[in-house]
Amino acid sequence: MADLIWLIPAFPAIGFLINSLLGIRFPKALTAWVACLSVIASFAVSAAIFVKFLGMPAEGRLLEKTVFDWIVSGDFNTSIGFRIDALSIIMCLIVSGVGSLIHIYSVGYMHGDPGFRRFFCYLNLFVFMMLTLVTADNVLLMFVGWEGVGLCSYLLIGFWYEKDSASDAGKKAFIVNRIGDFGFLLGVFTLVGFLGTQGIWTLKFSELQANVHLIGPSLATVITLLFFVGATGKSAQIPLYVWLPDAMEGPTPVSSLIHAATMVTAGVYMIARLNFLYVLAPTTLLIVTVVGLLTAFFAATIGCAQYDIKRVLAYSTVSQLGYMFVGVGAGAYAAGIFHLMTHAFFKGLLFLAAGSVMHAMSGELDMRKMGGLRKKIPITYWTTFIACLAIAGVPGLSGFFSKDEILWMAFSRHHSFWFWFIGAATAGMTAFYMFRMFFNTFHGECRASEEVKHHIHESPKVMTIPLMILAVLSIIGGYVGVPHLLGGSNHIEKWLEPVFGHHAPATAHAGGFSFVNTAFASSGEAAGIEAGMEMKLMIGAIIIGLLGIFIAWLFYVKNPNLPKKFVEKFHGLFTLVHNKYFIDELYGAVFVKNLFRLGALCKEFFDETIIDGIINGVAAAMGGIGSLMRRVQSGFVQGYAFAIILGAIIVIGYLVSRMIL
Amino acid sequence: MTVMSIPILSFLIYFPLLGAILLLFVNRKNSQFIKVFTLVFSLVELAVSIPLFFKFDETAKTMQFVEKAQWFPEWGISYFIGIDGISLLLVLLTTFLTVICVLCSWKAIEDRIKEYYITFLILETAMIGTLCALDLVLFYIFWELMLIPMYLLIGIWGGPRRIYAAIKFFLFTMAGSVLMFIAILALYFYYYKTTGVYTFNVLELYQASIPVVKQYWFFGAFALSFAIKVPMFPVHTWLPDAHTEAPTAGSVILAGVLLKMGTYGFLRFAVPLFPAAAFDAIPLMSILAVIGIIYGAIVSMMQPDLKRLIAFSSVSHLGYVMLGLFAFNIQGVQGGIYQMLNHGISTGGLFLIVGMIYERRHTRMIADFGGLAKVMPVFATFFMIITLSSIALPGTNGFVGEFLILLGAFKSNAVYGVLATTGVILGAVYMLWMFQRVMFGVITKEENRNLKDLGKREILILSSMVFFIILMGVYPKMFFKKMDVSVAEYLSFVKAKNAQYRTLPQGATEAAKVNDLSNTK
Repeated sequence: MADLIWLIPAFPAIGFLINSLLGIRFPKALTAWVACLSVIASFAVSAAIFVKFLGMPAEGRLLEKTVFDWIVSGDFNTSIGFRIDALSIIMCLIVSGVGSLIHIYSVGYMHGDPGFRRFFCYLNLFVFMMLTLVTADNVLLMFVGWEGVGLCSYLLIGFWYEKDSASDAGKKAFIVNRIGDFGFLLGVFTLVGFLGTQGIWTLKFSELQANVHLIGPSLATVITLLFFVGATGKSAQIPLYVWLPDAMEGPTPVSSLIHAATMVTAGVYMIARLNFLYVLAPTTLLIVTVVGLLTAFFAATIGCAQYDIKRVLAYSTVSQLGYMFVGVGAGAYAAGIFHLMTHAFFKGLLFLAAGSVMHAMSGELDMRKMGGLRKKIPITYWTTFIACLAIAGVPGLSGFFSKDEILWMAFSRHHSFWFWFIGAATAGMTAFYMFRMFFNTFHGECRASEEVKHHIHESPKVMTIPLMILAVLSIIGGYVGVPHLLGGSNHIEKWLEPVFGHHAPATAHAGGFSFVNTAFASSGEAAGIEAGMEMKLMIGAIIIGLLGIFIAWLFYVKNPNLPKKFVEKFHGLFTLVHNKYFIDELYGAVFVKNLFRLGALCKEFFDETIIDGIINGVAAAMGGIGSLMRRVQSGFVQGYAFAIILGAIIVIGYLVSRMIL
Repeated sequence: MTVMSIPILSFLIYFPLLGAILLLFVNRKNSQFIKVFTLVFSLVELAVSIPLFFKFDETAKTMQFVEKAQWFPEWGISYFIGIDGISLLLVLLTTFLTVICVLCSWKAIEDRIKEYYITFLILETAMIGTLCALDLVLFYIFWELMLIPMYLLIGIWGGPRRIYAAIKFFLFTMAGSVLMFIAILALYFYYYKTTGVYTFNVLELYQASIPVVKQYWFFGAFALSFAIKVPMFPVHTWLPDAHTEAPTAGSVILAGVLLKMGTYGFLRFAVPLFPAAAFDAIPLMSILAVIGIIYGAIVSMMQPDLKRLIAFSSVSHLGYVMLGLFAFNIQGVQGGIYQMLNHGISTGGLFLIVGMIYERRHTRMIADFGGLAKVMPVFATFFMIITLSSIALPGTNGFVGEFLILLGAFKSNAVYGVLATTGVILGAVYMLWMFQRVMFGVITKEENRNLKDLGKREILILSSMVFFIILMGVYPKMFFKKMDVSVAEYLSFVKAKNAQYRTLPQGATEAAKVNDLSNTK
């Protein structure tokens, strides 16, 4: 079995190679089959391993295979090797499962595009890299996947490279991610550098875990923070989230697969994978929680003021990723992964549905020009409705269970009411902006031009069937993690126990930060009132969520003039939020502009004026002397000049050496 | 030289020279024959060099394929050549890139074809000679011999400002070389003074015991000469001009091999001959290397000319190499050596890429392009892969080298490591921005609308580069195991030697040091 695990990433790689090297004369259908089947094959292998795991005792669910040595220098040693355990098999199932559905959907979505083959090459390459990321058995191979998915993201965001906005967005994504990678690499160096001094030269997860006791708390904090910098890049958290909204320039299936369901969750996966390190660093965990929480809240506010449906979804993704970080930051890795999974279902679905809307609306993205699509594209309508309910946290759907788990963990592990409150408020906003989009798109009068209206049609089956499957998953996906409180047995937490340990203790204590402490924080009591409190908070969150939906209904269905009045009244605030708090402009002015200034200074002033000035000055002086000397010479000089110089050098060299030695 | 062994290195050195001499007798009108002839010679050269790789004994600590003969015994000059794991890889890089250069000149050079290929073959002789020489005089002869063909390549087949660039190149390099030659002589006489033996044999001179203050002088002269060649900041300004004006093949060989002579010189000569000085120079060299990495990247970003942009990126990449070499740990040095090879492949590849569009458009200005991906999709793919190699994407060769260098630098001094790692970001900025401006967007210039995509010869050239980009990125062990022992030996030697100097009492007389040395022998 272990000998075959490398097949999981290998299949999409084969698909990529076939389509890229041999596919030039393939008919579209063959290209599509190769691409889809390669991902489905990965899913089949993953599913087979999963089934096998189900029948094994929990501790035995681990497969490792080293394929060959990769970078070996002195004692430092890494290999190309794979590892499948309870965590990575879930990731494999999500990536290859959702990936298969999106591949199939893309066959319909990209049908008329001249870059059809190129698209599927990139998409297969992406799945290969993503599966490498989640199955790698060491940090460095994970980094290969990490950068590899970044590359595919770059290529796919800029897929329509003739559009400047698209190629700009791709470049921005790559560079911002590189800033994160800067942190990631420093984390690797610190980790290897330190363990190396202890005689342990490894980046393999299992060996790191075995030697983790050597790492002191302050060093662990530094290392984990550096890795987290990488995560803020890849998973679009403050301060590096700016690339993700722009990434919507890519084709919509890409937004769904890469920028919602899989790649952007890599940061969450990475922290979960390195949980044994993060456990040692409570300060880091607190920072992760705070950053996640702020990002969740901040992005949700922006989401409320966007008109472009993909932008709404993009900010929603940033916000939901924030939730996942709140989860892992609370030391509740299983909760983070749980939300990662349900989010992959409902957000993947939302993007695909948005693609279906675009398909119907001749590419329109502005919700102000939509409306009334309910009857015309019913499958898209109903599946979107389910996804909206799921993300809004309506009880019974997947998002409810996973979000609630995270909110509860934020409260109970950090002993902070405010953590819970900000999270719950974000959930309310989420419900609001999702239904704002939903009502604007599907309800009311159609505001599109006659031309567009005329063409509105439901998408073909190849696109709607993936929508329906994801809708079903968005409903039932939560039942793997029903909390004990509601009579469930939280299967997913139990499943992940071999990786994360049994109920990681409340290591992350918000202690030093008095401003987040409340009466609830005085620990001892909290345990006693836990169950009652969990129920109260759950009900509170449900009410806040429903309130968000209600306000959206009030604004956009019941009384469609309200938003206009609201915008007029709070004009300044709306402008600020609508323009995303001008963060892009700020970064542009502070970083980009100054970098170019520095570049111009170095190039024009330093390099071309000072250094070359000196060089040319010396040359000119020599030339001047030379032309004076020339007058005393006659005839050909070149021939014997060389001999003279050489002789002189030898003599001088000899004399100098005699003198100084 | 043992009687049994075939003088394979001598063959590699003189075979191209033989080709050059034979070419003298070929009618210049027979241009097709001249090209094929040169190609065959370079291919034979490559074919002969490949067994070196497989026959090389990776467990041996000594020089291999050694040939030694007395030349001027009364002066201690010998014909002494041999390679270790470090020079082995560089020799192979040279023979490989020479074939690439011949192929890429096929259509680009139409003027004085005969002289051009003669020049190139002589250059190959000089390069391989430099890499194999273990006698300082022999080394110096080949070192200077490299200068002349390169000077001619730029000055005759170069662009509009070729004369300025060629003279600048010549003067810069010559200035360093002269100092080095003086230092070589001084070292030679000093060694005689202390041991009574005249020798230019590097391996013997390694054993010399030189007072630290004198080492500073010697090291300074060698280091300046090599630093100019690398080039290190701030003596790099000849490089952009030389690259910009040189013909494509000249740029490829300049970036691919000639710059490596500088870094190789540090490894083979400057550091092991004068280890105490080298260790004292660590802060200076590391700071200059870090400045080179960052400064090269920032200036590169601002260049309007593709070749200048790539030239400055070389300054940045070679900064990494120097940083690795002066980390004095195995990761840093191996990473540095690997980066030398990588740079030959990826930057060589970039110059090929620029050459290919230059042949089509006769401009190198970034502003003249835009949207080429639409008309040249195959070209775009190769360009992308080579760009990614240049920015060290994991999975490509660049990553392996850069990662080890940074790891090594971080281990020896975290500050340098952190500063140098910013190059990871800057590299992506300038390369991707350049790529975007050339390849993406809509075509705005009419002349670009009908550009032809790559032909078979060009695809062959670039495929071979891409092959090494992937192979060296995925299975570096194949190359590392060839240099493992040599690098370990090098490091333990220079460290032990340096430690030996440190333990000497400060006021010790020279005679005492000589005694000390003879005791250790």
